[in-house]
Amino acid sequence: MKYVDEFRDPDKARALIAEIHKLVARIDLCRVRPLQVMEVCGGHTHTIFRYGIQHMLPPEVELVHGPGCPVCVLPMGRVDDCVALAERQGTILATFGDAVRVPGSRKSLLQAKADGADVRIVYSPLDALRLARDNPGREVVFFALGFETTMPPTALTVQRAQAEEIRNFSLFCNHITIIPTIKAILDSPEVGLDGFVGPGHVSMVIGSAPYQFVPERYRKPVVIAGFEPLDVLQALGMVLAQIAAGRAAVENQYRRVAADAGNAAALAAVHEVFELREFFEWRGLGSIDHSGVRLREAYAQFDAERRFAVPNVSIADPKACQCGEVLKGVIKPWQCKVFGTACTPEAPLGALMVSSEGACAAHYQFGGSVRINAPANGKAPVP
Amino acid sequence: MSALPSGMGRERAQTVTLAHGSGGRAMRKLIADVFLRAFDNPTLARLEDQALVGLAELAALGDRLAFTTDSFVVTPLFFPGGDIGHLAVNGTVNDLAMAGARPCFLSCSVVIEEGFAIDSLRRVAASMRDAARVAGVEIVTGDTKVVERGACDGLFVNTAGIGVVPLGVNPGSNRARSGDQVLVNGPLGDHGAAITVARNDLALQSDIVSDCRALNGLVAAMLAACPDIRCLRDATRGGVATVLNEIAESSRAGIRIREAAVPVREAVRGVCEILGFDPLYLPNEGTLVAVVPRDAAAAVLEAMRRHPAGQGAALIGEIVDEPRGTVILNTNFGGERIVDMLVGAQLPRIC
Repeated sequence: MKYVDEFRDPDKARALIAEIHKLVARIDLCRVRPLQVMEVCGGHTHTIFRYGIQHMLPPEVELVHGPGCPVCVLPMGRVDDCVALAERQGTILATFGDAVRVPGSRKSLLQAKADGADVRIVYSPLDALRLARDNPGREVVFFALGFETTMPPTALTVQRAQAEEIRNFSLFCNHITIIPTIKAILDSPEVGLDGFVGPGHVSMVIGSAPYQFVPERYRKPVVIAGFEPLDVLQALGMVLAQIAAGRAAVENQYRRVAADAGNAAALAAVHEVFELREFFEWRGLGSIDHSGVRLREAYAQFDAERRFAVPNVSIADPKACQCGEVLKGVIKPWQCKVFGTACTPEAPLGALMVSSEGACAAHYQFGGSVRINAPANGKAPVP
Repeated sequence: MSALPSGMGRERAQTVTLAHGSGGRAMRKLIADVFLRAFDNPTLARLEDQALVGLAELAALGDRLAFTTDSFVVTPLFFPGGDIGHLAVNGTVNDLAMAGARPCFLSCSVVIEEGFAIDSLRRVAASMRDAARVAGVEIVTGDTKVVERGACDGLFVNTAGIGVVPLGVNPGSNRARSGDQVLVNGPLGDHGAAITVARNDLALQSDIVSDCRALNGLVAAMLAACPDIRCLRDATRGGVATVLNEIAESSRAGIRIREAAVPVREAVRGVCEILGFDPLYLPNEGTLVAVVPRDAAAAVLEAMRRHPAGQGAALIGEIVDEPRGTVILNTNFGGERIVDMLVGAQLPRIC
């Protein structure tokens, strides 16, 4: 397929892998311990597993799958609130498809739908606005979630709802921001990350400047990357090249989409509509200051949390879960006590088993090296 | 229309009402006008509570009876490449064919929502007639129910079928052995992609048509080339990935697939790229997975490619010893990954 296959060329991949091997040979630290590079974004995690990139890398390079899966990090209490909204008489709850399976403490949206709630899968917040326009007698609540990538379309939809004076449309806002979260991870004492593959689509909105604190304060490289497999390999090479040269800087591999300055129009819409919350609760990571946004007072009429009573009860993560340690790269997914036993994609206990972009679900479903190379009967690995 | 009882002319009503399900004159008229007229065969025309089929003619075809049933619900009822009628006939014909059976007779039960257009019902019956003719089966018994508005989504169809398995033919999901080759008869995911586009949630446009078709002729040609086909599976819901997992599990074997060898149309790949779907999991309605002994693979592949339903046939992988019960994909890109069973339906990803 034109403009896609070019970014999946196996010959170019081999060349990049060879380059990565050369860089690894030049990095002294690799002889002491493996390097840990975190891909922040769930989209990268998906690419890494879908194309089997982990198995192509030298053992000296470990990928740590970061917190950038908005579905995974949604706390149970927020899902409960969303289910409560969906179950209000006369409500249509519009949501992205991958959010419907996320378990709350009582049920998921999919279960709520089976129990009679009107839950509709949409592909864009504008679809939700159209539902409101087409059903003036019903309240349409859009389950807004995602990082800076999905904030601008939500913001523009709210602005349009206001311009058209659509009164039966509101948001249950769960938008979150990536920068405070990267900082929270870097500040954790047990973390030993050596560099980051930065989220391309978030950067398309916010640009590259917000990551400057990572090299400046923590001396770690950040390379903003696209989502095709060659993008990921090239970005990994760029991170390793910085480490090999003893440098730490923010670099942009994804220039074809993400401008260094970000997207001013998108940022303007976001700032016009949203303001930072004091803190926001993350599944697996706990509460992080200024890591979520809510609608500004001027748009309060579109805020489902202000308009309707939501239970707003915080539900603690199950004790057995070690999602936080996996997210920070302290342990591997399969080293978690409940991985694949009490916690599976069919019945996820922890955040990271929820969506295929979560580190644990990706390992479980697409096979980390453990599952592919260590057959149950203990015989020789697959060649 | 020789099979029609006298006095049963064309139904004049435009839509199905609860009266058509009451068992009285209106129902008889609907059945005669829509179903008897379309299916037109003497076994059905007896209009008794059951069809009678001779044992001798069945026994002459093989040594075991294959018997299956399937219910069909699809939105939209009419889609590029077929409709619920084609699906209902081909789905059951294919379920029989996957035992290596020669399909013979089908039943047809419909549950109709009141208000359903009789013209649409006629279209569905005509599709069933055409599909049955192509597959060489007769629809010999049936049932009609009408339910209140909202109790079903337009039209549900159930078909059951019987066929006969020839002596010595014995495909089974537990029979794959290390070294066996894995074949498919054509590009994956056409049906799933066609339905997704036809639902129009995304206002996508494409020329993708469903692969809905009967596979019994193709299977007969494959069995002629190799009577000892190990496994034959129709890759409907859950797609080829699910079928491969079932074979790997039942046979306690591993399966290695080469992504580069898996046929997928460009347009289907495009739909998958936009929605974050994997064509390996998209449903098909005329796509089979066959596992055959290594030394028979070339002959079976050639036989498939000579048949209209197998022109796009491809050898996509092989059975391996380890890891047992697991399907592994060697990606185009040079990596590898497990292809697991889906947990639920494939859902579009956010970003």
